[in-house]
Amino acid sequence: MKATLNIQRGRPGGAPHVETFEVAFEPGQSVLDGLRALRRDADPSLAFRFSCINANACKECMMLIDGKVDYACTVRLKEGVMVLAPLPKKPLIRDLVTEIAPPEERLHPPP
Amino acid sequence: MSPSETRNAAKEATHLETDVLIIGAGGAGMYAALEAARGGASVLLADRSLIGRGGATVMAQMTVAAALGEQTPDHWEHHLADTLAAGRGLCNQNLAAMLCEDGPRRIREMDSWKVGWAREDGHIKQAQAPGHDRPRCAYVDFLATGPAVSRTLRTQLNLASGIRRVGDLAIIDIVVRDGEACGATALHLTSGEIVTLAAKAVVIATGGLTRLYQRNSGSANMGGDGYALALRAGAELIDMEFVQFFPIGHLSPRLVGMDPIMWDPFRYKLGGKLLNAEMREFEEDYATHDKRSDGRYVLTRDLATYAITKEVEAGRGSPAGGAYLSFQHVPEADIRRAFGPVVDRLAANGIDLTHRPVEVSPIAHYHMGGVRVNAELETGVSGLYACGEAVGGANGANRLSGNAITEAFVFGARAGRNAARRASQRASSWPSDTARSVIDLLRSAKRRDGRNPAVIIARLQTLMADTVGPFRTEEKLHSAIKGLVELQKEIGDIPWSSAEEFDAVLVDWLDLRNMLLVARSIALPALARTESRGAHQREDYPGLDDDWGVNQVVTLSDGELNLAHTAPPTARAAK
Repeated sequence: MKATLNIQRGRPGGAPHVETFEVAFEPGQSVLDGLRALRRDADPSLAFRFSCINANACKECMMLIDGKVDYACTVRLKEGVMVLAPLPKKPLIRDLVTEIAPPEERLHPPP
Repeated sequence: MSPSETRNAAKEATHLETDVLIIGAGGAGMYAALEAARGGASVLLADRSLIGRGGATVMAQMTVAAALGEQTPDHWEHHLADTLAAGRGLCNQNLAAMLCEDGPRRIREMDSWKVGWAREDGHIKQAQAPGHDRPRCAYVDFLATGPAVSRTLRTQLNLASGIRRVGDLAIIDIVVRDGEACGATALHLTSGEIVTLAAKAVVIATGGLTRLYQRNSGSANMGGDGYALALRAGAELIDMEFVQFFPIGHLSPRLVGMDPIMWDPFRYKLGGKLLNAEMREFEEDYATHDKRSDGRYVLTRDLATYAITKEVEAGRGSPAGGAYLSFQHVPEADIRRAFGPVVDRLAANGIDLTHRPVEVSPIAHYHMGGVRVNAELETGVSGLYACGEAVGGANGANRLSGNAITEAFVFGARAGRNAARRASQRASSWPSDTARSVIDLLRSAKRRDGRNPAVIIARLQTLMADTVGPFRTEEKLHSAIKGLVELQKEIGDIPWSSAEEFDAVLVDWLDLRNMLLVARSIALPALARTESRGAHQREDYPGLDDDWGVNQVVTLSDGELNLAHTAPPTARAAK
């Protein structure tokens, strides 16, 4: 099966652009599985956060999936188009990565 | 300006000072931070992920072993006897005794912090786990031990004063001058800034190395960073050949929202059956080799791993390359009673145990080996400490189930306290010139179109699974060492970069720098140990050899790994 991922990419200040990737998958595989495969097979510079991979324990892979805030590790890939974007209300770092650390746990805490 | 330009333009890197620097914010690192702060030190707790989210602790859904005597009378010396038996003669008894003696204090402290240990008739409930002589393992229902532990420690960090936490900070190297650890250099992932950290004591709490293997139960950041940091700082590693594989890790169908080692309690409570592709139970075929059966598990963990591996090699594996685990003979009501809401989480994954088996296989789970420390948790490098899974020695050749979280608490607390004491006796010294080599390394990072480090990591994981997995031969280990040298040549000495914020390419390259060094530090002693003991099984040298009742120590000098032997310490530390 194949999913088409429309991924919003870019850096703060620049105009975001959407890149389209095709990813093959087995039923049950997660959006995070698809993103990890893309880094290996298509573009290693694609940026997204994750740590625990599939336990839904670390809660780092939060992003906007088809317009809804969700975890990339629990949403399944599906045939057809899926739209991925960074969290809209958090400062953008790059691609799908946003600043989600509590303010006091950042290198430069906001004033 | 891109981060590589930022890196190059900045004449001075961002610089922070602290008494105690703790690298890694899992269970061990968080406990170390709390104890160091209690000891009066200022603390910087750094993690490459977010604080308290990365590492193994948060994923642990299982149990915590300690001789609490709540379920049944117990004494820490009984726990120690079981730990030493599991370690097959190679445990550092000082460390093992510390783990077992301090364990109850930490479990009760966590209880006072409202972690929520499961209770029964007014006492902490303790389950019987394989290898223990009595019910000794506390847990949080249902399969929520790790998340509850992490949440509790994060809350305590919030309440404590004097602990600065910085996430998204990857430590690149420890700075050593005149044989003393005095800080570290780091890459701030979100900005790409180089950060220097001056500290009077440094604690490695980076966990294990499960990420070196294709199938593993760990977080993405468990690539053995701490072992590489320790080696390059001049510290020793011990028992590196002993990687623990968990026999029935989840393989298929895709399961999310769960720890891949979750099937063990199901199998234990309900008697799950291991079946091959012919849907035939095969455990008995291998059981005659060993009489160590507790009645519920026909095979011990190492033999179950052997049995599944051999069935797959014989062409009788399940479609995904493992074995079937079936509960189809268990009434639905029993499954529901034993596992409550977990049954619904399985249903969300399309898994109905009453109708269909799942597929399981051995997966890399834990590392017995690690940084060599003394009874103060200090390495051979003055001022450099280690704790948690990063420490080698306490578990010898095989870890007893339930000891991993306990050692995270116990060693974390001890290392934090000792590091704080050292810091109180030292003045800060930051030799800026010593950090120069790492700053130069990071600034040399170059964009390399067409070079994909994520592919090389995948190749490394396959190589390790195929040649330095649970069952080894001289031929396989030679091909491992050759393959690792080739991969090292491919990545070269100059970091690759995508020259942007959150530089995934640079991070992968830096990870490979560590992972390849650590992989060599496993393959080398595995090749030398011509016997089978605990988690190190040589198909060409079956059986335990009494002459090999020694630990192997790995050091690094001029880019070359060296190997030495030492007898395991048996005398208990003076209290």
